Amino acid sequence: MRVLKRSAASPPEGPAGPDQAGTDREGRLERARSRVGSVKGRLARRRAAAVAWRARLPDLTGPVARAWHRLPRWSQWLVRLGIIVLAVLAPADWVGQIMAPASDWKTLLFYPIGIFVLLAVGLNVVVGQAGILDLGYVAFFAIGGYTMALLGVNVGLDFWIILPTAVALCAVSGLVLGTPALRLRGDYLAIVTLGFGEIIRISATNASWTGGPRGIAGIPHPPDIGNLNAFTYGVLDPTPYYYLVLALIVVVIFVARRLERSRVGRAWAAIREDEDAAALMGVPTFRFKLWAFAIGGSIGGGAGVMFSAKNIAITPDNFPLLLSILVLSAVVLGGSGNLPGVILGAFLVAWLPERFRGLADYRVLIFGAALVIMMIFRPEGLLPSRRRRSSLRTGTGAGAAPTAVVEQEEKT
Amino acid sequence: MLLEVEDLHVHYGKVEALKGVSLAVAEGEIVSLIGANGAGKTTVLRTISGLRRVTSGRIRFKDRDITHLPGHRRVGAGLCQVPEGRGIFPGMSVMENLEMGAYGRSSRSLADDFERAFALFPLLSERRKQQGGTLSGGEQQMLAIARALMARPQLVMMDEPSMGLAPLMVNQIFDIIAAIHEQGTTVLLVEQNAAQALTRADRAYVLETGKVAKTSDAATLLADDSVRAAYLGVDSTG
Repeated sequence: MRVLKRSAASPPEGPAGPDQAGTDREGRLERARSRVGSVKGRLARRRAAAVAWRARLPDLTGPVARAWHRLPRWSQWLVRLGIIVLAVLAPADWVGQIMAPASDWKTLLFYPIGIFVLLAVGLNVVVGQAGILDLGYVAFFAIGGYTMALLGVNVGLDFWIILPTAVALCAVSGLVLGTPALRLRGDYLAIVTLGFGEIIRISATNASWTGGPRGIAGIPHPPDIGNLNAFTYGVLDPTPYYYLVLALIVVVIFVARRLERSRVGRAWAAIREDEDAAALMGVPTFRFKLWAFAIGGSIGGGAGVMFSAKNIAITPDNFPLLLSILVLSAVVLGGSGNLPGVILGAFLVAWLPERFRGLADYRVLIFGAALVIMMIFRPEGLLPSRRRRSSLRTGTGAGAAPTAVVEQEEKT
Repeated sequence: MLLEVEDLHVHYGKVEALKGVSLAVAEGEIVSLIGANGAGKTTVLRTISGLRRVTSGRIRFKDRDITHLPGHRRVGAGLCQVPEGRGIFPGMSVMENLEMGAYGRSSRSLADDFERAFALFPLLSERRKQQGGTLSGGEQQMLAIARALMARPQLVMMDEPSMGLAPLMVNQIFDIIAAIHEQGTTVLLVEQNAAQALTRADRAYVLETGKVAKTSDAATLLADDSVRAAYLGVDSTG
């Protein structure tokens, strides 16, 4: 009777009693547990703090991207035009004093900066869009370079004829190299592409028609356009070459953007995120991977033509494995799959070591450390793509756990 | 018969995963494929979808030999698979995932299909703009099924749709499969959850180490002592 009365008089108190006791006991247990495993607890807390700190890092890319998409079309074009104008004004002397006081800024603008940006935009098609890890991208750069050298010196063709020829040849090379290689996935594919980069360089070193280790000299410059200084391709002034590479970058960015937003681009995104699922949706995965390989390769070839047209002489040493790695790290550092990010990454990877030339050999050490720190605190890159970021964060899909399956099927 | 598989042999390297599997699915049926881990259930589906190459044997769909048809063309022919582990595109929104489902289709207007998908899965309709990777397991499974239906397949094959889901969600998924079947889609279902699979199916095949060990209508298998002991966890004497 008393019990009944009590519960009737104060209904919320009734259940609260035993419940509180329960939490009390749990609390005591919890404290005991934390005392026993205090080391473990401290570690966990520290890890949580690190995560919280990472979350507190200013993430401007989201708001900036959103603001950008809210801008009307014409002002987006105005911003793009503004960036191009800035790029055109970049070779000024006072800019060089700030950006590279220890070396010749105009030379740097062409190589490594301009060439790296071009290569990174091309590699981004392969790695960032289709998700194919290519460690031998330098192969296409070399094929482009040697095409310019051989056709220019031996056949005497004009730069403007060689450029499209080399681009086409690199696309074909992409198909030829890709047809066997792209049947592999993940780690195996990466190793095979690594091999291709080396095969091209070593072949060029050993063949006589490529000039062996001494390479090819006397490569013609592009013909002058009119009488303007900016279009006169001589030996001393690197600025006209910079403008040439800048023009090619603008064209390539335009094409890459178009591709990204097309049916092909959607298929690439699906392949990157889950190749099997993409195939089950009716995407001819092998064919589209081959396309990405060929398109990326032809962009690399264009960069190679530019490079050797300015340099007069090329040797196999111009195309080391390190170049593939640097361009890949530029893509990953900037934000794989996102064009502005990739361009920023390429600029930083090309420019920072030159800017800090004063630090001599330590700059490579610092560069390496910077890359490691980046991968800890911002693995998605400086300016990540929306898609890539969420696939990294949630950890689902094929991108999160690359499957190394030997692919023997699919005859597209 | 809508789908006929005859004496299918499939190898992974030198290991023979399927040792002569034959099965058939008639239009309007729900057929279950049950078996232990490694029996070859997933391999059967992947081979029918064209993700794996056959060593020998024949696959016929709608009286047409598709044994050597590339996988992406089979989707267009009316055959679609919900992949194992859901296979959602994590970086794409729910809408974009659904659009990918209709990738192989030529007709452009998807409005009807979206409507149908959201009628079947009202939950997805609330999450149209959410990214696939941020959905819960059950929601991802729903999205995976909805995505497969975007291709308007005549036969939809599902690889363990109940895997890793809470019991309540498992029931819901099987209800959805029944609803899809009622709307006129034939279903080939691979399941570890043999009890559910046999209750819902018309017929079933029991796969053991790459061979069909038993086949019958689902009710008979559900009462079969050896099946009960092996796959339903019921002692045959009890």
